[in-house]
Amino acid sequence: MNRINSFEELQGLAQDFSKKIQILSPSLEEEIASENKRCKRYVSVCGGTGCQSAEGEIIVEKLRNEVEKAGLSDEITVAITGCFGFCEKGPIVKIQPDNTFYVQVTPEDAEEIVTEHLLQGKSVARLLYEEPTVKGKVKRQDEMSFYKKQMRIALRNCGLIDPEDITQSIGANGYLALGKVLSSFSPDAVIKLMIDSGLRGRGGGGFSTGKKWSFAKMYEADQKYIICNADEGDPGAFMDRSILEGDPNSVLEAMAIAGYAIGATKGVIYIRAEYPLAVNRLYIALRQARELGLLGKNILGTDFSFDIDIKYGAGAFVCGEETALIHSIEGKRGEPTNKPPFPAESGLWNKPTCVNNVETLANIPAIILNGAEWYSAIGTPGSKGTKVFALAGKINNVGLVEVPMGTTLREIIYDIGGGIKNDRKFKAVQTGGPSGGCIPAENLDLPIDYESLMAIGSMMGSGGMIVLDEDNCMVDIAKFYLEFTVEESCGKCTPCRIGNKRLLEILTKITNGEGTEEDLKTLKELGQTIKDTSLCGLGQTAPNPVLSTMKYFWDEYIAHVKDHTCPAGVCKNLLRYEITDKCIGCTKCARNCPVSCISGKVKEIHVIEQDKCIKCGACLTACPVNAITKG
Amino acid sequence: MCSNQQNDQYFNELEEFINALPEKEGSLIAVLHKAQEIFGYLPQDVQKFVAKKINVPVSEVNGVVTFYSYFREEPTGKYVINVCMGTACFVKGSGNVMEEFERKLGIKVGQTTEDMKFTLQSLRCVGACGLAPVVTINDKVYGHFTKEMVNKILDNYKE
Repeated sequence: MNRINSFEELQGLAQDFSKKIQILSPSLEEEIASENKRCKRYVSVCGGTGCQSAEGEIIVEKLRNEVEKAGLSDEITVAITGCFGFCEKGPIVKIQPDNTFYVQVTPEDAEEIVTEHLLQGKSVARLLYEEPTVKGKVKRQDEMSFYKKQMRIALRNCGLIDPEDITQSIGANGYLALGKVLSSFSPDAVIKLMIDSGLRGRGGGGFSTGKKWSFAKMYEADQKYIICNADEGDPGAFMDRSILEGDPNSVLEAMAIAGYAIGATKGVIYIRAEYPLAVNRLYIALRQARELGLLGKNILGTDFSFDIDIKYGAGAFVCGEETALIHSIEGKRGEPTNKPPFPAESGLWNKPTCVNNVETLANIPAIILNGAEWYSAIGTPGSKGTKVFALAGKINNVGLVEVPMGTTLREIIYDIGGGIKNDRKFKAVQTGGPSGGCIPAENLDLPIDYESLMAIGSMMGSGGMIVLDEDNCMVDIAKFYLEFTVEESCGKCTPCRIGNKRLLEILTKITNGEGTEEDLKTLKELGQTIKDTSLCGLGQTAPNPVLSTMKYFWDEYIAHVKDHTCPAGVCKNLLRYEITDKCIGCTKCARNCPVSCISGKVKEIHVIEQDKCIKCGACLTACPVNAITKG
Repeated sequence: MCSNQQNDQYFNELEEFINALPEKEGSLIAVLHKAQEIFGYLPQDVQKFVAKKINVPVSEVNGVVTFYSYFREEPTGKYVINVCMGTACFVKGSGNVMEEFERKLGIKVGQTTEDMKFTLQSLRCVGACGLAPVVTINDKVYGHFTKEMVNKILDNYKE
């Protein structure tokens, strides 16, 4: 394709391209008209990491083969798209214009999809989603309860367009915000619009994006930088990855807009090396954008030039902190430094630098096109717009959800998430990853935003949301997060390096059944000290999982140290397996025991030798008559 | 002899990569990524080589190598088993899966079996939380993993 030399030319192309992808957003009439007959269709297969791991690629290949065999190549397009978010039911295949949403598709289903659906227009009922609450199959995505309460702004193109085809992105208004800004906004006007919109950083800090830009603009320098922080380190959060995989062009466009606003001509995307698919799609998008003159010298025929480099992270959670991240880009150990000076004054190579997170950036083109008022009308007084959450753990619908700020946890977990798996009892939801806290059932009706989460001892973080049920031990969960932060602490400052290690030792002692009430006091005091005295955000927030679980699940801590029991039955040293008189002497347990610590004759009650028992639970699983208790 | 030749070839490849860099300053992590891609891990002689070529102290190279979890100083086995210990997998029992692998292979996480066949590692979130608990063996992803599956899966990697 040729270079695009003006905004007008881009607008013209956008109109042409939008016609090509009109089939992806059909009207109701078009949808109905396409039923029960053979017609032009577009088959989108989820190309996100979750679905790809579950043979998504093979599904595309098989579908294409079957389409060709059926002689449908001229009328059927089979393409990948970004993450639909409904990872629980992946791989997902969506067919347009008849708005059919297939779940848990396997390569073996390809033939039936082609012969039934593509040739005759009949949907394959067994592949449709079955709504647990209303009984019956749901064909359309927008009628599924998982999607009903969602509002997709950052994820607007994920699951819609082909992320490897920039023309589809342009057809979906891609780069029009950049064109609009370059042709009719001054840098100050862009910054004002961002401030007015109320957008705050989605990476965890929650600082006003517009203000951040204004600081970086304030400092004069011969070179400034825009950095996209794509070092998604919070275990259990995968929204940034999904955005990069599903809509890389929106992130590139937003970086160019940010560059124009602060006066930078260079951008760097700092991305985890563990995200090969996202990296690959970014490279494709970069190449296509440069070809079209949407990045590089004299973008859209204006004086503005901006280009982007990709730099790999190498696995260090602390690199989510912006000064650490900058050092890592410079090829050094990713250790944070004291602020001030803030990166806005002295960042990458000591030049003014603005670091924005992927999800934050993905919102920006939509805000510019729709206006600050549109955006600030969504959400709560302090937190505007929407937030993407990665819903995982003991929940029915694991996936990515985007909801307006102010949505309650109950709506997210029960209406969208479909409630707790296997009808177990909800215990807590952990938000904010290793820096966040656990929220108990009493706060389920809390409308969530930056402030409300902070007020109850947790935080928004990057949007990880892990649901825990009655089978999870809260002390064990706190210990899990501490293990993470201890491993990831860079070691530069003492409170974080040594303090967190001590916290972890005490927690280990407690889960081993050797804790005392005195230890609980130490945990609290030490946790507070680490929060107050650590150098960077990692240390300052590391005790949160401990402090919040102590606040809301104090009785579980007491049970561990006083009664030496683990109410959830997780902490192995506090467990005891016993065989009751229900035992029929079938010998199954003895045969399954990996350490041969169960003895007994056939048809006689068996006995577990407690000293040898490793508490693996194999006997309990093997017992056919539930004669073994765990407590 | 053969392996020496191959080693020379590896070093040549790395040198070419370094020489083609537009700028050496700030390139250390990118060079180490490339080196690990070529050699499979980063033994001391490779670290020394990198230090010399991009003109930084070898202590700095080692400082970076040991700082980031992605870089390895030990060779790995033929099959690298990664058990995801991200939160979503952990709450669904990936800890038990890890224990079972440790027991079956007779090694601890981070170690390699003596016959250099299996390396057992943990990783933090592959972003496929819908499939939790997740285990990856080389590039293959296994979802909804239970400890009962360990034996069967290991059988697939006998060769």
